Amino acid sequence: MEKYFNPWVECASRETMDEMQSQRLVDMVKRCSERVPFYREKLKAEGILPGDIRSVKDLQKLPFTYKQDLRDTYPYGMFAVPREQLSRIHASSGTTGKMTVVGYTPKDIEDWSEDTARALVAAGGTPNDYIHVAYGYGLFTGGLGLHYGAERLGATAIPVSSGNTKRQIDVMRDFGSNILCCTPSYAMFIGETIEDMGIDPKSLPLRAGIFGAEPWSKEMCSEIERLLAIKAYDIYGLSEVMGPGVAFECSVQDGMHINEDKYIPEIIDPDTGEVLPYGVQGELVFTCISKEALPLIRYRTRDIATLTRESCACGRTLIKMSKPCGRTDDMLIIRGINVFPSQIESVLLELKMVTPNYLLVVDRVDNLDTLEVQVEMTSELFSDTVRNMESIEKQIRTALLSTLGLAASVRLVEPKSIKRSEGKAQRIQDNRHI
Amino acid sequence: MIIKQISVFVENKLGRMAEITKVIGDIGVDIRALSIADTSDFGILRIIVNKPDEAVEALREAGMTVSLTDVIAVGVEDTPGAFAKAVSALSDAYISIEYMYAFISRNDNRACVILRVEEPSKGIEALQAGGFEVLGSEEIYNL
Repeated sequence: MEKYFNPWVECASRETMDEMQSQRLVDMVKRCSERVPFYREKLKAEGILPGDIRSVKDLQKLPFTYKQDLRDTYPYGMFAVPREQLSRIHASSGTTGKMTVVGYTPKDIEDWSEDTARALVAAGGTPNDYIHVAYGYGLFTGGLGLHYGAERLGATAIPVSSGNTKRQIDVMRDFGSNILCCTPSYAMFIGETIEDMGIDPKSLPLRAGIFGAEPWSKEMCSEIERLLAIKAYDIYGLSEVMGPGVAFECSVQDGMHINEDKYIPEIIDPDTGEVLPYGVQGELVFTCISKEALPLIRYRTRDIATLTRESCACGRTLIKMSKPCGRTDDMLIIRGINVFPSQIESVLLELKMVTPNYLLVVDRVDNLDTLEVQVEMTSELFSDTVRNMESIEKQIRTALLSTLGLAASVRLVEPKSIKRSEGKAQRIQDNRHI
Repeated sequence: MIIKQISVFVENKLGRMAEITKVIGDIGVDIRALSIADTSDFGILRIIVNKPDEAVEALREAGMTVSLTDVIAVGVEDTPGAFAKAVSALSDAYISIEYMYAFISRNDNRACVILRVEEPSKGIEALQAGGFEVLGSEEIYNL
């Protein structure tokens, strides 16, 4: 029988949800124009009065917010509350330039804890469970996000953080971890380590895992489920919107429910800004109608996904999003073809003979883009004759060509030679310096 | 009569051969014969050693991709034309040779040829029928 953390919200009727969203949106826009100079000026510049927004139907009248806006107002320029009301600061990695800084009031932390508690329950979590949090703890929202959700649920949090993989396994076995929370690539690494150590994953108390913070394919999910003998659930979020838990997968494992009582989603065409209908792929945008410290209006996430209002067998009425298939900035353009690393991953894993450890090396030779897919050798793949090995390389090349329309060269490399990650995996090496 | 040959995947990277041969040397295993098939991206190192099972374990522990293949070994007189006769004995019996490599035996005036054929037992039959000496694994490992 399906369990919910908050059935009133998670299974609310459309009318109730629309009403809740409308009320909150109206309040939020008012608050933003009163307390955030950036929004006051922006709304004025676009000729929008807070009174123009009377319900959720008026959402599209509002302007978008970009990551650059947060950078321009670094660190606290877009906060809607005075310093004394902030109980926490987080920041995202900022691999390209300045960190993106976000803040939380005590109520924001409570709301966020409920988001991840909902995710834990959807993954079969109960107050009797040990929640093994192997996301990094620190400025990154992953660790603390799941941690507070575990405590909110009344379960027991084990704050292992990431790294020291042998110790992770000791903790799982000895401390009794039931639900593992980390990035999918780290879950793969833990799974491989368990296999190398000759441990039977079924002997561990793990039942389920909640994995997110990077895109991952259905095929990688099956591989993780096999290596760890668990059910693997997806989770989505970003610190600007709140943290992990903006959306979560349920037992149906076909898309993630968005906590739309707090985050109103839209899908837009990234080039024109036009709102797209359900089922069409585009950029995910969120409006944070409950947040106090950093309420964002129509924040462009740069993640590509689709939305659907089709009913879900789990009983939740919360709108669903597909797994993000990549970011607008993750996308590679190789010889004019748009390619997401996740697409290549799907092709590789479908062949069933390669591990999900691969590296895409993009280069430009004589003004022509080249793609080399480096794939790690496994004993299943290895054959004693060059003929068979070449035929395997050819199979991979052919699969890539027919699925993506992309002619790539394939290079088989030594096992374990592709760098493993404890956080988000680096799948692309773009040598083109564009 | 079936000889166990070890095949190792070798990425085309500086030092890989040294690494692989060091693993074998470190456990005190002796290489009897070797051959390497190379392509532009990788090589397949094929070796006959005196203790194949130990070598395989050591190589796998060192993280290498290894497999064992059944091959056959035939003794050929060290005179011109002897080798051609042996190879013909196989093709006359419609047996294709996947690959082969040879080495001279220290003890007698003989060359040993390692052959991979699709059906080793048929290969052994054809060679013996042609009057050629098929060598046993103990002989090869202890040459």
